[in-house]
Amino acid sequence: MTTATSKPEAGRGAAAENRWMRAYRQMVRIRLFEEQVNELYTRALMPGLAHLYSGQEAVAVGICEALHIGDYITSTHRGHGHCLAKGASPDRMFAELLGKEAGYCRGKGGSMHIADPATGNLGANAIVGGSVGIATGAAFASKRLGNGRVAVCFFGEGALGQGSLYEVMNLAQLWKLPVIYVCENNLYNEYTHFSETTAGTILGRAAAFGLESALVDGQDVRAVDEVAARLVQRARAGDGPAFLQADTYRYSGHHVGDINREYYRTKQEEQHWKTERDPIKQHANWLLTQGHADAAALDQITSEARAEMEAAVKFAIAAPYPSVDQVEQDVYA
Amino acid sequence: MPERELTFAQAVREALAEEMRRDSRVCIFGEDVAEAGTPFKVLSGLVEEFGAERVVDTPISEAGFTGVGVGAAMTGLRPVVDIMFGDFLTLTMDQMVNQAAKAHYMSGGHWRVPMVMRTTLGATRRSAAQHSQSLHAWFSHVPGLKVVLPSTPYDAKGLLKTAIRDENPVIFFEDKMMYKLKGPVPAEDYTIPLGVADVKRKGDDITLVATSSMVQVALGAASMLEKEGISAEVVDPRTTWPLDEKTIIESAKKTSRVIVLDEGYGRYGVTAELAAVIAEGAFYDLDAPVKRMGAMHVPIPFSPPLEDVTVPTEQTVTEAARQMCNK
Repeated sequence: MTTATSKPEAGRGAAAENRWMRAYRQMVRIRLFEEQVNELYTRALMPGLAHLYSGQEAVAVGICEALHIGDYITSTHRGHGHCLAKGASPDRMFAELLGKEAGYCRGKGGSMHIADPATGNLGANAIVGGSVGIATGAAFASKRLGNGRVAVCFFGEGALGQGSLYEVMNLAQLWKLPVIYVCENNLYNEYTHFSETTAGTILGRAAAFGLESALVDGQDVRAVDEVAARLVQRARAGDGPAFLQADTYRYSGHHVGDINREYYRTKQEEQHWKTERDPIKQHANWLLTQGHADAAALDQITSEARAEMEAAVKFAIAAPYPSVDQVEQDVYA
Repeated sequence: MPERELTFAQAVREALAEEMRRDSRVCIFGEDVAEAGTPFKVLSGLVEEFGAERVVDTPISEAGFTGVGVGAAMTGLRPVVDIMFGDFLTLTMDQMVNQAAKAHYMSGGHWRVPMVMRTTLGATRRSAAQHSQSLHAWFSHVPGLKVVLPSTPYDAKGLLKTAIRDENPVIFFEDKMMYKLKGPVPAEDYTIPLGVADVKRKGDDITLVATSSMVQVALGAASMLEKEGISAEVVDPRTTWPLDEKTIIESAKKTSRVIVLDEGYGRYGVTAELAAVIAEGAFYDLDAPVKRMGAMHVPIPFSPPLEDVTVPTEQTVTEAARQMCNK
């Protein structure tokens, strides 16, 4: 196991500067996307459930910045961040969230099932741990077909309770598959602190299978990117799977309707993460102190992202629902 | 030249070998599928021809390797996943029901899961309650899955080849007791479409709609009934989904009496569905209520005299048909 922290000198040079600015932009886009989701949900414009990714942006962005467009990801019920970071367009995402035909799944999947072959997104999954097999299978196919693709399996620490995770980690290590299991430890299995559900250590579980494993500060996008780049490279080179524990925090409740949270966590704790550990603020400070950007440039990124999200929401609200005769389409291929 | 005969097991193996030669994307996952060729020896010789990269022995992790099959199918392979005993399907349910069955629909038609799960069904092998069940009704219940129940070596080869070429997840149930059954199987390539029933025997007085293991039972009963002057028609749906309702209803209308036979449990099972199809489609042509015969509502017992009474036999079917025909 290794513990990754970003080095102060990481990211020097013009190309790197663009990369870190891009990472900033991606995190801001995710944050503002989720603000719109919250708004849509609370205004009763969005049906169903909304599980917000706010607070965890550095994990999705740090990892996906290390991937190619053809690489695969599997995602979770808290999947908007992964989806955007892998390259999906917010307009079609919002359309999907509203059940519109223009959505990525023609309205049939919704927030918890966005999938997009064009960006290698095998799909968000509403079964906790439900996609661990799919990601591992994609890695098996990549290896067998020799196409050099890597699969990243995102899951929360709640999925550590699912036995199938350990089955596929065993398979992946036996078969040296190019898959990276990314455990986003946001501390809470829904409404229960992970310490109440998780015996031993998280990385100890990966170590038991001999997986290359690492722990990273999931609020530090450069640290995540650095360790992801290494794990992706070794997977692509045929050196086998890896397990990454990214410690992070979920700003909102389990879902938007989870308002009164004091029975499982304090407001002080939430405030601490938001003020002291925010991935966007931390990265902004780094960009400013390193001289990669000035405040105006960062503000511009925010206003561009806000305009993009507002336009995307408008598009989705105006988009038509699927016609009812589509209900039986695509049950079978 | 006499027709070539193969056992049911040989027919399954030949279908797999032909499809693996034809399409390099086809691969097999499962427990003891390689050198061991499964406990039933159905896959013997495949690893020697196709190598361990395509005939892949897995750990005893049904959920895990089924999930791997789903993901591999979505991303360019055509896996055939081997679940040694149908009873172990319980371990794969999330992968099959929540993942494989729904990936195409939930993604708005973008992802496909062209995968086959081969498994077994059937009691009377003295294997007790956890190695004897026939659980195909569960999968027939779920939109997005197709369910195949071959009853002869000929059907096994033709249906399995079709299943492998299908773009959807298909569960292929093989009756363990039928592996040694011999029958004519053409050496050449042929396929049988899913959703087309086969009238295994023509008759006029009563229809026996039978699936999988129950087809041979129905044919045996039909021979016994013939001696008593009762002409029984045996209709084998061959797939529970898609289901050839038309052939079943036509036969019911023709004979006006129907017994539905299936080795799964009757309660909320395949026989219930088939009986409902017949009631809806042929009600005014029936001279008697549709009779259902399936496994008794008990966990399959080990003790041979107990086990033997849990499933329909030629004798019990003959007796039921005789009563229905008032003879």
